This record gives sequence, C-alpha cells and structure tokens, in this order.
Amino acid sequence: MHPCGDFRTSYRADMTIFPTRASAYACVAGVLLLAAVPLVFDIYVLTLLIQIGYYGVAALGLNILVGFTGQISLGHSAFFGFGAFASAWLNNRFGIPVLLAIPLAGLMTAAVGVLFGVPAARIKGLYLAIATLASQFILQDFFARADWFTGGSAGAAAAPVAVGGFAFDTDQRYFYVVLVAVVAMYLGAANLLRTRDGRALVAVRDHYLSAEIMGINLTRYRILSFGISSFYAGVGGALFGHYLGFVSIEGFDILLSIQFLGMIIIGGLGSIMGSIMGTAFLVLLPEVMETAVKALAASGLGQMQAVADGIVYFKEMAIGLAIILFLIFEPDGLAHRWRQTKAYWKLYPFSY
Amino acid sequence: MTAATATPEPAPAPLLALNNVEVVYSDVILVLRGLSLVVPAGKIVALLGANGAGKSTTLKAISGLLKTEDGAITRGEVLYAGQRLNGLDPEAIVRRGVFQVMEGRRIIADMTVIENLRLGAHTRRDREVGDDIERVLGYFPRLRERTGLAGYLSGGEQQMLAIGRALMARPRLILMDEPSMGLSPFLVQEVFAIIRRLNQELGITILLVEQNARMALAAASYGYIMEQGKIVLDGPAAELAGNEDVKEFYLGHGGDRARSFKNLKSFKRRKRWL
Repeated sequence: MHPCGDFRTSYRADMTIFPTRASAYACVAGVLLLAAVPLVFDIYVLTLLIQIGYYGVAALGLNILVGFTGQISLGHSAFFGFGAFASAWLNNRFGIPVLLAIPLAGLMTAAVGVLFGVPAARIKGLYLAIATLASQFILQDFFARADWFTGGSAGAAAAPVAVGGFAFDTDQRYFYVVLVAVVAMYLGAANLLRTRDGRALVAVRDHYLSAEIMGINLTRYRILSFGISSFYAGVGGALFGHYLGFVSIEGFDILLSIQFLGMIIIGGLGSIMGSIMGTAFLVLLPEVMETAVKALAASGLGQMQAVADGIVYFKEMAIGLAIILFLIFEPDGLAHRWRQTKAYWKLYPFSY
Repeated sequence: MTAATATPEPAPAPLLALNNVEVVYSDVILVLRGLSLVVPAGKIVALLGANGAGKSTTLKAISGLLKTEDGAITRGEVLYAGQRLNGLDPEAIVRRGVFQVMEGRRIIADMTVIENLRLGAHTRRDREVGDDIERVLGYFPRLRERTGLAGYLSGGEQQMLAIGRALMARPRLILMDEPSMGLSPFLVQEVFAIIRRLNQELGITILLVEQNARMALAAASYGYIMEQGKIVLDGPAAELAGNEDVKEFYLGHGGDRARSFKNLKSFKRRKRWL
C-alpha cells in the first residue's frame, strides 16, 4: 500500500503492475498462502477454490472482451464448454498430454471465438448481443450433434492431468494445477493491458472514433478481443473438464453465460482483480445462502407452511437480488469498493 | 477562385488537394457540394465557416472517418502528395502521415498521459518512441508533471495531450479541428503558439478548422471560408482578415460602423459572396 502523501512522480511508476515493493511481496505472499490451503483445509473448501479458479479464468476472458474492449457476449459459456470438449478430445483422440491439451484447447477455442467474433466488426451494442446469442445456440447444438467431438449425449471422458507418472487426480493435487493456471493467466492479462495491443483495446472501448484516427484497425481489435476472450474461456473450460473427469453436453447453457456476465459486473468491469473477486462472490453466495436456508429451516420459522414451501427458492432469489443491488449501489463493482477501502485506510484517521 | 492570381511567387507543391469533393451522409444528406481546396506543404491553412458549413466533414473526408459515420465521397478526389486518399481506411491514411486531432479532444480518459502518447504511436514499430515522448513533453512541459489518469487533466492540458498524441505518429499533415474549443483566451494563445512552433520547427503542414477566426487567420498563411458545403471565399490570411465581409460575419465588427440597434439591419444584409 502507498503511504499517505507518497505520490508517484514518474510515468514509469504510473505503469508498473505493483506500485510498491510491498505490494509485490503481498501478492507473492497471497499466492504462497493459497498454496498452503490444501495442507490445512478440507475438500469442501478446496472444491470451492478450484471452482473459483476455473470460472475465474473464464470470467477474466469475458472481462477483457466486455470490460476492456467494450464489446458484449452472451455466448461465453459455449466457449467455456468448447474448451472442455476440445481438451478432452485432443487427449482422447490424439493422446496429447493433458497439460499440453489445455493450452491447445484454449487456442482452438480462440479460433472458434474469432469466427463468431466476425459480426462484431460490423455491429455494436444490443445487435451484437443478439449475434453472440446465436453463437451460444449454434455451439450448444454442435455439442449435441458432433458425436466425434463431444461423444454426443453420452458425453466425453476427460483424463486427469498427469506429469510423468504423477497424476493430479485428487482435489489437493489438482488445486495446484488450477492455482498455477490462474496466476499465469492473470499475469498474462495484467501485462497484455500494458502493451501496444492492450492500449488499442482500451482505446476501442473509450473512443472508437479517436482510436480509428490514430490508425487503430477497429475490425482487427474487435475480433482480436473475441479471440483473447475465447482463449481464456477455453482454458477455463479445459480446467473444468479435467477436474470433473467427464464433460457432459448439458450445463453450458445461456444461464452460465449470464452468470459469467454477473461475475464481471459484480467484480467490476474493466478490472482484472475484479474478475476473480466477482467470481468468488458468485461461487460463494449460493453456499452462504445454503447455510442460511438450512438455519432458517431448522429454526421455528421453518415450521411455517409458507416459509417451508418457499425455502428452496430463497437461494436463487438471493443471487438475483445480489446482482440488482450491486448494479444500484456499486456499479463499479467489488474492485472499486476494494480500492476505496484501501484509500480509506491509507488516510486513516482522516477522511481525505 | 483567387488562389492563382493572389500569390505572385510560384505556389509550393500542394501536399493536399481536394478537387470538387462531394460528400453524402446515409445516401441522402448532401453535405459537401463540390469543395476544392489546396494545402501547400509546410504551411498553415485555415478553414473557416459557420456551424454546419461542413468543416468537420471536410476533415473527415480527408482522414477517412466518413465511413464510420455512414458517409461517403460520391464525387471528386482527395489527393495527398499526389496519391488518392478516397476510399482508404483511416488506418492506411494515418500510416501515410495524415493525422486528425478531433474536435473536443477525445483523449482516452482511463489511460495515463504516457499511455495516451504511446497510443498515438500505434502505427509505428520503431524503437524511437521513447525519445519522441521526451520530445513531445518538451513542447508541452506542463504535461510532464501530470501523473495519474488523463481524464483528470484540465481542458487545456487535454488539448495539448491531443496535439502531442498526434505528434507521436510523426505526421506530415495534421488536420486540426477547433483546437480552441472550450479554452480560456489565455490558453487559446498558448495552444496557437504551439501550433505555430510545430509548423516552423518540425515543418508540419496544418489544416486548421476554427471558429475563432481571428486567431486562425493570424496563425495561417492562407485561408478558406466555406458555407453550405462550398468554398465561398479564399485568399492569403492577411487579406481575408482585412476583408469587410469577413470582418462583419466572422470577426464580429463591421468596419468603422459602431454597433447599435440603429444599424442592426446591416447585420441582416445578404452576404456578398452568395
């Protein structure tokens, strides 16, 4: 954290990923702390963290598309699913080691994403949303029909990650695979935004006209952002597939696409850290609600007929409510709240 | 046009020439009706006119932005260094050395000053970008002290950043759309002083669109006045500044006549060039 009154004085300092040495240490310490989780916590916690991991990678991809480039996609879960199938297929069909199949699946998904991103070259806003909705349904239909690729309604088996003779087949072991992937993908995104191409993406979002007169090829970058976003979705999906060990054609529906949108809206559009914060929020919220609902059912209130009937819906309603409340009270997302909290403590006990 | 007769010495080769350009928006709205103008290399040329005359459209026709706004050049040609620019993508036009500084600045608020400058160098792949940033900051010393996001800059600083961003592309021709917009008189002077320096020191040719006719004619060597999509008057800047009609309609004073309600009628007089 920056000490109060210590301002950045050079442009170089403005652009670093870690503003102070302490923040770099804090980040490393955070990763190390996470690496120690399997030694301390039980499977339940690990399962949740792994879920946050693979959804977080995919959500980051959507954030690059929506938050940084200003496009929209209602078909993100289809790309997530495509990555899962692609990785399983590459492994089953060609015997490519899973560890290699995961990034390759990402590249395959990126290629598909570029294909479905082509409409973005010509249309914007709501129209683009509808066009991406088409990609959702086309891919879902493809999953159901392409037996050679997905195994059709039977689904596809996905082998666990193995290096040499060592298989990452338990939650404790797989956790590390996901952790490494998440760190690599997040560092990749943080660096992407400091490059020439990253700046071009943000310029396309903020002022496509002024981006264009600076010689930025709008078509190229809009499609590129679909490619990058699909790459992230594909890797996330592959991690998901090899975690479950089995990929079914169900589950990659529009609901999941909307959940991805919910994650980045709650986390903060255009924020890298926000992507994982929002994912954590949406993964943990149902768990918290589950506990709350159980407590409610056990209490005297649960004996009332009306409450007992409605109790199963509480969970779903809570998620919807959370998204609405976030849009009203914190449209900039959790990442913004986090920055404000930091600023508050930096200046404590003064307000500003 | 008086262009040929007004300059006794042989005119320098035009860097930019618009010949009889006609622009139509959405296939139905005719904006430019056969506009012709010439920008000689190394000069500042002012393009003046009332709101809606088509000044910005002219610039967009040159920089290729029309396409994005559903407009098209339906007749005539835009020649830059002897080559046609019609129909090229904005990207290709920037690569040839034509850079538009848009009206109202349009910097990227979510980026730092340096990132904005680097963005201007998007079409370049060489290693001298860092040196150029230093050079640009040399022209705009007040940008040097500004860290943080460009959105927090004042209006004048944003305008300077927009001009600096243009310099990063190392253009030969800058199309400048109302650099004085929304600036205090003092800042307007500062910005115009910089525009003159860029022209003199770096030899950048500038086509200047302005509402502030007085400042524009003082900086430019030649001026065009357009109305309803056509050039209606042109001449050396000093000559235009002395022209009675220009004085009355653009410089805000009608010769020696005192302004009062008594001769309000004179302002309704039909302009002589129409």
